[in-house]
Amino acid sequence: MPQIIGVPKETAAGEKRVATVPEVVEKLIKLGFAVRLQSGAGEGANCSDESYRAAGAEVVATAAELWSGSDIVLKVGVPTVEEVGLLREGGTLIGFIWPAQNPELMQQLAAKKATVLAIDSLPRTLSRAQKMDALTSQAGVAGYRAVIEAANAFGRFFNGQITAAGKVPPAKVFIAGAGVAGLAAVGTAASLGAIVRANDTRAEVADQVVSLGGEFVKVDYAEEGSGGGGYAKVMSEGFQNAQREMYARQAREVDIIITTALIPGKPAPRLITAEMVQSMKPGSVIVDMAGERGGNCELTEAGKAVVKHGVTIIGYTDLNSRLAKQSSTLYATNLFRLAEELCKTKDGVINVNMEDDAIRGLTVIKDGGITWPPPPVKQAAPRPAAAAAKPAEKKGHGHGGGGPIPAKALAILFGVGALAFWFIGAYAPAAFLGHFTVFVLACFIGYMVVWNVTPALHTPLMSVTNAISSIICIGALVQVAPPLQDVAGRPEGWILGLAVTGIALTAINMFGGFAVTRRMLEMFRK
Amino acid sequence: MSTSLTTVAYLGAAILFILSLGGLSHPETSRRGNLYGIIGMTIAVLATVSGPQVTQQGYAWIIAAMVFGATIGLYAARTVKMTQMPELVALMHSLVGLAAALVGFATYIDPSASAAYQGAEKVIHDIEIYIGILIGLVTFSGSVIAFGKLSGKIGGKPLLLPARHWMNLAGLLTVIYFGARFIEADSVGIGMTPLIVMSVIALLFGIHMVMAIGGADMPVVVSMLNSYSGWAAAATGFMLSNDLLIVTGALVGSSGAILSYIMCRAMNRNFISVIAGGFGTGAPVAASGDAQPAGEVIPISAIETAELLRDAKNVIIVPGYGMAVAQAQHTVYEITKLLREKGVNVRFGIHPVAGRMPGHMNVLLAEAKVPYDIVLEMDELNEDFPDTEVAIVIGANDIVNPAAQEDPASPIAGMPVLEVWKAKTSIVMKRSMASGYAGVDNPLFYKENNRMLFGDAKKMLDEVLGALKA
Repeated sequence: MPQIIGVPKETAAGEKRVATVPEVVEKLIKLGFAVRLQSGAGEGANCSDESYRAAGAEVVATAAELWSGSDIVLKVGVPTVEEVGLLREGGTLIGFIWPAQNPELMQQLAAKKATVLAIDSLPRTLSRAQKMDALTSQAGVAGYRAVIEAANAFGRFFNGQITAAGKVPPAKVFIAGAGVAGLAAVGTAASLGAIVRANDTRAEVADQVVSLGGEFVKVDYAEEGSGGGGYAKVMSEGFQNAQREMYARQAREVDIIITTALIPGKPAPRLITAEMVQSMKPGSVIVDMAGERGGNCELTEAGKAVVKHGVTIIGYTDLNSRLAKQSSTLYATNLFRLAEELCKTKDGVINVNMEDDAIRGLTVIKDGGITWPPPPVKQAAPRPAAAAAKPAEKKGHGHGGGGPIPAKALAILFGVGALAFWFIGAYAPAAFLGHFTVFVLACFIGYMVVWNVTPALHTPLMSVTNAISSIICIGALVQVAPPLQDVAGRPEGWILGLAVTGIALTAINMFGGFAVTRRMLEMFRK
Repeated sequence: MSTSLTTVAYLGAAILFILSLGGLSHPETSRRGNLYGIIGMTIAVLATVSGPQVTQQGYAWIIAAMVFGATIGLYAARTVKMTQMPELVALMHSLVGLAAALVGFATYIDPSASAAYQGAEKVIHDIEIYIGILIGLVTFSGSVIAFGKLSGKIGGKPLLLPARHWMNLAGLLTVIYFGARFIEADSVGIGMTPLIVMSVIALLFGIHMVMAIGGADMPVVVSMLNSYSGWAAAATGFMLSNDLLIVTGALVGSSGAILSYIMCRAMNRNFISVIAGGFGTGAPVAASGDAQPAGEVIPISAIETAELLRDAKNVIIVPGYGMAVAQAQHTVYEITKLLREKGVNVRFGIHPVAGRMPGHMNVLLAEAKVPYDIVLEMDELNEDFPDTEVAIVIGANDIVNPAAQEDPASPIAGMPVLEVWKAKTSIVMKRSMASGYAGVDNPLFYKENNRMLFGDAKKMLDEVLGALKA
């Protein structure tokens, strides 16, 4: 009996996302599940009931009907008290939960004997878990949208232009916090043509900023800000002063500030003070992506765009819903990957395997028992450092890779060569020396000629050299019937037999070799 | 024809042979190169036959033998499949080796051949015969085994006898000892015994040498045997005091030696260690523990592959031996053609040791009519992977193994590899999760951006092609 996955309409005000999209419904059904959807759930994300039906989902009219008939409920937003009430006893819920911030919700869900997988609790450092990382996918969309919102409110071009109507300077964008959202913003703003600067307390993201076309602005203060699990941590007083100075300087220079700084489980850090806003040029824009958690800017009003001191401060908390189709598609794919993990047998029944690091981290309530927080995921931390050290060594191997032979080895080589030549010259008869000269020179010619052969033609080279080596034929030819007066004891029959066999063998080679080379070379066409 | 005319004809032939090899430096001039080779060979043979060393009584024999050989050779050349080229080449090497040995024997038993030599000259002449036969027979038996391995008649696994290096050394010493006896021998009858003992050892040595070499090292072996067949010809030239044979043999010998060197470098392996045999056996599974690639593979369907290809701007296809086995090159080209019509930049990345002989993949792709200017060497496009949306690996394993760069404990550490994992998505077509010839697990399969397309390469590619056309 396959389990039924239910997708309700999101209830939070302004939430336009939906937990699955028609393309993903098809894949879920392939995994063996049945999919049920509340009518209108996909409206905000431009997915009609009809398109879900076409993908194989059943559409039901009310939330109550949906929640009671589903074994597994997929949601985007944190469930409300009413929704928890609708959840079936012993059912499974997958979505954003934020267990640390919502202890009462956890109690309610536990009372329902539910199994709850909080997509926000995914152990993000497991590389295998990245495909399920909804925080990343949503943050990426939000970062993109933040730039679009900024561009919308900003009165000028982003890219610098020199037109017949005059010169337009490029916009300067400063991005505070280079997490996923920040990096997405860096990339988006850079691709619009702006000059992008970014800062983060974690020094290791500098390269990523640069790779996306931004410039990394350092704080002149030595302290490492990585807080484990890939998140940032709260910094010391001295650092914060230095940081504040840097922000003040940036505020005076740039046209647009996008702030993305969040610390897990804490209010958002105050980065932009009222004075800094005042110091900005009129018409500038601040997009505060931390609006929901108090804002990085002192003057942010969560969920609104306000103009203060001539600066537009955007504190929208629904950036994802403002790009609902994209957010929903990515989120739906994340959940599908999770479903794949949960249902490895592809029979439409999930198995919450607590031995699996990723699943263990996600599962915050298992059959009514609270399993949050999970034990820390053990991972070899020094790995990236070790990996980085290696490529440098690599060059050392690959001997003879083009560099000249060391002088010492060369000297030895010449020494041995000279000795061998002296030996031959001293003892060998003149006739042999003539042949020897020819031999050595021919080796050098072969060496020079063959290095020029293109690697693509190595097979034809082998077959043609093979054909040419049937020149041995000549050796056999001169033995067949040499012009001799009867030499006593010459075993004519034997010699003739050997020579004729030799000719036949080399003839196979000679004709076959040239013919097959020709056949191959005919194929090499432009 | 006088002796001088014959000599001049030989000189012309030698020049034509050099031009022939020179012509192979570019596909456009290569056909002419082959023609030079044919002309050179014709001149050499005709000059010899009409020269003073062959009398009219021999003509019938020569023509009969030539016609016989030509029939077989041309038939084989016409019917051989391109995927069987390595086998054919190996077999042909064995013929050269055997012919060289036969000529050596014939020279030795011919009293008129050595009548002119005295003292040191006689000794050198005997050594030439001895070495000529030795190289010829090692080439012969080694090539026969290589043929067996390449055609699958003999298992590809290296056969590692205990104390094999000592056995080889003992064989060498025996050969030297009997060589001394051979030179001392006063008559052909006495000299025959050491010669035959040496022949047996040479045959066994050839067999043993190639048996000990693993399937992945076959490109080195094939090119090494190519080199040997050249040295055998050169030795015969010394034996018969024939400069054309010496020149040609030296050309072929150095050509094969360079190819062997290129192949060894492409595997970051020492020539000696390849010949000593047994790939990866020096450090069996040394890299277990934390180097073990953890994680799981993400499978992909043919239809999804087609979607990825359709959306890509740049695609690099990395073929390996698996493509040859599955005979998938024609389908690969169909896909390439279709994608190129859609404006996708499709290129091929060829690792020097992909396949079972140098340049094997190029020949197969050429057979399928893939234009050679989109078939590139590893070094030419290895830096382009980061700008590539999709890299498809067809039946290759070790040549795309990131462990070669990342894991110094890996048996293939330091081997240059195609960096397919730097592409946005890499797709590996494979029949199963078995490791490659080197027996090394491949962390590529577990990479986040890698997808596995399981199944027979030909069948899966046909499905991809179908999906692309749909």
